[in-house]
Amino acid sequence: MPMLDTPYGRLDVDPTGLMLGELLVTDEGAELEVVALDPLRFELAPEEAEDWGE
Amino acid sequence: MSAAAAAAVVEETAVGEGASGAAVRMNGTPVATGVALVYDRLREEERLLFDAFERLRIPFTPVYASTLALELGAGPQPAVVLERCVSQWRGLSLAHAYEAAGSAVINRPDVIRTCGDKLATSAALVRHGVPTPRTSIAVDRDAALAEAERLGYPVVIKPLVGSWGRLVARAENRAAAEALLEYKEVLGGPEHKVHYLQEYVEKPGRDIRAFVVGDEVICAIYRTSEHWITNTARGGKASDCPLTDDLAELCLGAARAVGGGILAIDLVESSRGLLVVEVNHTMEFRNSITTTGVDIPGRIAGYAARQLELRA
Repeated sequence: MPMLDTPYGRLDVDPTGLMLGELLVTDEGAELEVVALDPLRFELAPEEAEDWGE
Repeated sequence: MSAAAAAAVVEETAVGEGASGAAVRMNGTPVATGVALVYDRLREEERLLFDAFERLRIPFTPVYASTLALELGAGPQPAVVLERCVSQWRGLSLAHAYEAAGSAVINRPDVIRTCGDKLATSAALVRHGVPTPRTSIAVDRDAALAEAERLGYPVVIKPLVGSWGRLVARAENRAAAEALLEYKEVLGGPEHKVHYLQEYVEKPGRDIRAFVVGDEVICAIYRTSEHWITNTARGGKASDCPLTDDLAELCLGAARAVGGGILAIDLVESSRGLLVVEVNHTMEFRNSITTTGVDIPGRIAGYAARQLELRA
């Protein structure tokens, strides 16, 4: 499994199997969201917001 | 084919289609339109839905909402949209945009708006004669305190918007209610200055969540917790709840009251019988499939497929 370096730590993922909106946790415990696939781009996943829910 | 692969196929085949990718090819068969499954956060539920659509060979397109921009009325857009955003405002906005373009949206924007607002939900339930706890609103703190006295302590104070039990509080007495109301007003935002008060209903350590898909209640669970808030997202344990005729009839009545669709109805067992507390429009169900033995994502996908057939 390839390791991806990010500013928030390393990710142990297969980049070809990722989906937009997927959440991943780095080895430093940061939660990242996949926001683009080509090129692959992550952002820090947002915290729970007031209007989130069911 | 995985959902990721499905998305890749859309990119290859949907040239000339809208940004949401209405055209999708499943198993090599071109299909003019499919169900757009619009999501912003890939939860377990969305993965289960993708799997169900694939398993049932229902054409679909995963649509990542966070980067969408839709011109109202511009097409082509998907025939059917299954809105699954975790953000209520994002989901509501996109539902409006898709509906303006002629898509059949599950759930419709008016349903999202009603279910996303506890006051609107309670008003719809009362208007349609669906049993629900006594509920009051007040737009002034002193009036809210007077109303709390009238309802009797303990009283439940809820935000108008919110889920998973967030900011829901039980005030045991006037001092607690004063503190809660003051805290709520300090939070800012006009919605926090409208106070939603509800009688506290003693329940047997559990409540009921029932799942409605169209005109059918497909299953229900008990949510058991030592805490008075029993959401499974807050640690409540799920177990199967038998579907009685009374329960099913009440849930369908609640679903009709808010406009119908795919909904989760929360109920409490009280000395006055079953009472509907909330109706949820983007239901979570990961903890209820094994518990009930019902293929909830498959039933949702099947419902979306029927809407697709109706549009054909």
